[in-house]
Amino acid sequence: MAMCIVVIAKENYPLYIRSTPTEYTLKFYYMVHTSLDVVDEISAMGKALVYQRELYLGLFYPTEDYKVYGYMTSSKVKFVMVVDSSNTALIFQKLHNSYTDVMCNPFYNPGDRIQSRAFDNTVTLMMIQVC
Amino acid sequence: MEASAGGGCGAGPPLLLSDGEQQCYSELFARCAGTVSGGPGSGPPEAARVAPGTTTTAAAGPVADLFRASQLPSETLHQITELCGAKRAGYFGPTQFYVALKLIAAAQSGLPVRTESIKCELPLPRFVMSKSDGERRIGNPAELLGTKVQIPYLTTEKNSFKRMDDEDKQETQSPTMSPLASPPSSPPHYQRVSLSHGYSKLRSSTEQMHPAPYEARQPLGQSEGPSSGGPGSKPLRRQASLIRSFSVERELQDNSSNYLDEPWRITEEQREYYVNQFRSLQPDPSSFISGSVAKNFFTKSKLSIPELSYIWELSDADCDGALTLPEFCAAFHLIVARKNGYPLPEGLPPTLQPEYLQAAFPKPKWECALFDSYSESMSANQQPRDLNRMEKTSVKDMADFPAPTQDVTGDDKQALKSTGNEALSKDVSEDPAVNSGLLPPPPALPPRPYPSQSEPVSEGDLHPQLNRAPSQAAESSPAKKDAPHAQPPSKPIRRKFRPENQSTENQEPSTGGTASAATVKPHPTVHKQSSKQKKAIQTAIRKNKEANAVLARLNSELQQQLKEVHQERIALENQLEQLRPVTVL
Repeated sequence: MAMCIVVIAKENYPLYIRSTPTEYTLKFYYMVHTSLDVVDEISAMGKALVYQRELYLGLFYPTEDYKVYGYMTSSKVKFVMVVDSSNTALIFQKLHNSYTDVMCNPFYNPGDRIQSRAFDNTVTLMMIQVC
Repeated sequence: MEASAGGGCGAGPPLLLSDGEQQCYSELFARCAGTVSGGPGSGPPEAARVAPGTTTTAAAGPVADLFRASQLPSETLHQITELCGAKRAGYFGPTQFYVALKLIAAAQSGLPVRTESIKCELPLPRFVMSKSDGERRIGNPAELLGTKVQIPYLTTEKNSFKRMDDEDKQETQSPTMSPLASPPSSPPHYQRVSLSHGYSKLRSSTEQMHPAPYEARQPLGQSEGPSSGGPGSKPLRRQASLIRSFSVERELQDNSSNYLDEPWRITEEQREYYVNQFRSLQPDPSSFISGSVAKNFFTKSKLSIPELSYIWELSDADCDGALTLPEFCAAFHLIVARKNGYPLPEGLPPTLQPEYLQAAFPKPKWECALFDSYSESMSANQQPRDLNRMEKTSVKDMADFPAPTQDVTGDDKQALKSTGNEALSKDVSEDPAVNSGLLPPPPALPPRPYPSQSEPVSEGDLHPQLNRAPSQAAESSPAKKDAPHAQPPSKPIRRKFRPENQSTENQEPSTGGTASAATVKPHPTVHKQSSKQKKAIQTAIRKNKEANAVLARLNSELQQQLKEVHQERIALENQLEQLRPVTVL
């Protein structure tokens, strides 16, 4: 039920953050932030594109366990998703498509916060699917 | 574009409403609460926005009717009431009401009724209710929910205005005909509100009352009823009279036209204006305008970047980063509407869809012929024009345009520049003067306000001019045809290039300056001078436009290719991942 989606720019600052339920927001941000190290680690391993890798936190939080999924595009924009279970490949694919649509908007400057309603709707739909 | 509501009452989750939603909800709230400030049709959308912090509450009776009219099952409505906090608070304040409306919209969209559902953008809730709702409230503002509603409903039916009565009876007798007989329409005031999409008079559905779940709210509503009855009656009466007036209109209106579409319908004059603007950016009407070109152009409208971004999102249906002609018209229309104060819709209205626009407005023939020849000449020579060609002073008759004796491209430019290129130098130095000098002689053209905004002289005129643009377009189309009687052969081309002239005049004064290195012959009369200036500018602009168009087209093609390749890549990577063994830490 709990879920968080974050879009992170190349320079490792967030472009878009959305999480449900809202009381876990701070916790999610923290987890996402720490997971950035892992992303860098994997991308430094020399793979051309980090398609998808899992960060399984396991007993990090004894009461709950989440999986943190990461996904990096060719322009080094990262999507990080914190979920407890889901079909992440599909979600990342949709996220990426939605993100490409946002990029096609000439009024969107790369590096801006994402304020596209279409993107919001996509994220909402996926959250509802998962929860 | 979003305002947060519900802060005043402090109950429930923070709620983000768009302008359209805000307007809709405040009107609905006003109808339920009977507050004067939120009365229907009261002024522009900005002013009519009911402050969420008001202490008025909605009477439970009308609220229940409204909810019932949303055609959701009673169970859902129950859930909604609980969630929005009305039960907890014991009344329907603005916060609760708005949250409830949002939840109704969510439920109607198929989303589960939860507070998370309302965080996203939703279409407006749909209420299928009869116009006599208002009358009902007039007759019995203190009436409560439940079975009692049935009685006043029937009694007011007798008291209702005759026309409504007849319609009602017709519809009760033949509910199957109701879709035809009940096009949603509203007083002109409602035009500004993208209110619920389904205000149709489906009497059969409104007769399905759900009294049971709402009886529980009777004690809640009771205290509200009498208090709202007094002040509520007057605005409600006004509302009812409005209802009556437009129901008269409704008979006359085209049944297929939805009042919601009125601000979103592109008239013929507007269409021509948009097409001309399109051509000024992209000579080939069947091609598209790339994102960067469109961005520069739309930025001149001085709307905020987020709004423009949203408009682009709405209008670029295929999300390819480029605007075809119908997409461009839709975007332009949205911008014009926004500048005139209309709130932006949640989704692209049906009358602005590309398919609709393409079907509704075939290209006028004279434009086709002209631009076919022009585009031929364009494609014939893709190289950027040499500015030195403009040195030729002979004025080629415009009629020679389709049949050049020389290289087609050179012909184009010569035909346009005439002996006016000398004026370019003056033009560059006296841009504001030129601009104002150019404006009077040609017929009043809509392009004028738009691109001339960077001119200090005309900047103040931008907004009023833009607002008059649609009306001016009407003058301009007949005016265009009369236009330069002095040079009838050049009329079509001049018309074509005037927008170019004015839209790019300020972008390329420098290039015009270099072009004016050619011979300069002074012309005594102001009129000739201005027309020559115009031609000179047109030629300079034309040259750059051609170059730009080529590059822009290349750019957009490459962008599309990039996007396709990108998608392919995602698909392939997906496959790869599926084949790769899963590694679990």
